[in-house]
Amino acid sequence: MSEIDNQALEVYIRTAATALGIPLEEAWIPSIRTNLAISLRLAATVAEFELPDESEPAPVFEA
Amino acid sequence: METWPTAAEIADAVAQGRTSATAVTDAALSRIEQQNGVLNAFTAVTAARARAKAREVDAARAAGKPLGPLAGVPFAVKNLFDVAGTSTLAGSKINREREPASADSPLITRLESAGAILVGALNMGEYAYDFTGENVHDGPSRNPHDTGRMTGGSSGGSGGAVAGGLVPLSLGSDTNGSIRVPSSFCGLFGLKPTYGRLTRARTFPFVASLDHLGPLARSTRDLALAYDAMQGPDAEDPVCTTRASESALPTLGSGIGGLRVVVAGGYFERGAGAEALSALATVAKALGAEQRIEIPEAARARAAAFIITTTEGGALHMDRLRTNADDFDPATRDRLISGLMIPASLVVKAQKFRRLYREQVLKLFEHHDAILAPATPMVAPRLGQQTMMLEGAEVPLRANIGIYTQPISFIGLPVVCVPVPLQPLPIGVQIIAAPWREDVALRIAHYLETAHVAKATRPPL
Repeated sequence: MSEIDNQALEVYIRTAATALGIPLEEAWIPSIRTNLAISLRLAATVAEFELPDESEPAPVFEA
Repeated sequence: METWPTAAEIADAVAQGRTSATAVTDAALSRIEQQNGVLNAFTAVTAARARAKAREVDAARAAGKPLGPLAGVPFAVKNLFDVAGTSTLAGSKINREREPASADSPLITRLESAGAILVGALNMGEYAYDFTGENVHDGPSRNPHDTGRMTGGSSGGSGGAVAGGLVPLSLGSDTNGSIRVPSSFCGLFGLKPTYGRLTRARTFPFVASLDHLGPLARSTRDLALAYDAMQGPDAEDPVCTTRASESALPTLGSGIGGLRVVVAGGYFERGAGAEALSALATVAKALGAEQRIEIPEAARARAAAFIITTTEGGALHMDRLRTNADDFDPATRDRLISGLMIPASLVVKAQKFRRLYREQVLKLFEHHDAILAPATPMVAPRLGQQTMMLEGAEVPLRANIGIYTQPISFIGLPVVCVPVPLQPLPIGVQIIAAPWREDVALRIAHYLETAHVAKATRPPL
């Protein structure tokens, strides 16, 4: 990730932590950013897979 | 009795009166006392309970009552299983404050009903979010084949205790590979059953979509004995199947005649180290498995498993991250916080992809009975190791140990991990079967064991 991406991600992390009520220490942010960057990169490979509109998620709720 | 008998040999000796459950239990407790300082496999030893249970088994034999198939067999469980009267740690510091469990996990109850004797709880990676077996609170579990190396995780103590000969049988959990990775690094047979096959009730969860429980042992017969004893429905776990039990032991020695076994190529060979490829080739040759197939979209499956894991894990621990963040292992904490921040849209995509991937992979089983793949890309890394080489690039170790296990557990396929006794360190190969066909994977594993291709070797402790 470029420096700008890192900064954007850190802004997102701080904002999301506030929204979720998670207390953050500055020292944790680089590690959280690294983890989040890996997760988002992997998630993108899933998201780019073309799914039919009709596709159902794996877990099926039974009433 | 020497310290390396299998569970089946112990049960036979107890049933025949060549030894007593009490003598076997005392010997196991003595070994734990002698070796645990080095291996750090046990976090709790249930000596009084074990001796009481052993006396029950011996009294039953003296009274001429029938004994179970695991009579007098000491076993231990990853410390995420509820053990009545103790707090279920799940490898954490935070859970030390939990109320003691009011009852045992049903899998413990079922093994004890078969005559087995619980001797303790085992070290694990914090909250099972781990492939190393290291734990900042309890110290790392150590690999009996080289105590400077990892057991693999997160069922690290489950691997170390069995490979070190402290017990012949342990239980672990496997969300992304946590039974298969320690089996590979510690040179053991491990069974990750079909998703939903064994009840998960009264165990501390990690990822409800992907959590499995299963046994680790030094022989395929012991895996089958334990697996058969633990099957059965349980309304306490909504995922647990209502299918009737399907015993694996009766067909264990049926050989491999008629079974179509192939090797997973492509994704499952890219990045594999020399030992992993050598072990895979040895197993494939012994089985006459010449054909290579591609498991479609395996890399994407691994990515989707990663996303479901981090987000469900994050959600599970959100309250604790709000109130007790400093009490987590920092590495676990930062992964879980990151998981909380993944947009829900990406998780829904991952669960939808999971269904399509499942459909594609199940088609493979119309033409094949089992698929072989490496269990880990490498033999046990050194304790503290942070990076590994993968396809010529240095990458973080923790996230990549499970690259070959994750795409399989993602859709709940049953797997037996068999140990190939390379020198100086063993490594595992996955035998992957169609859903509910644990019997097929166990048959193949037993054939390899009988042919001395797969073997749990005794470490030089």
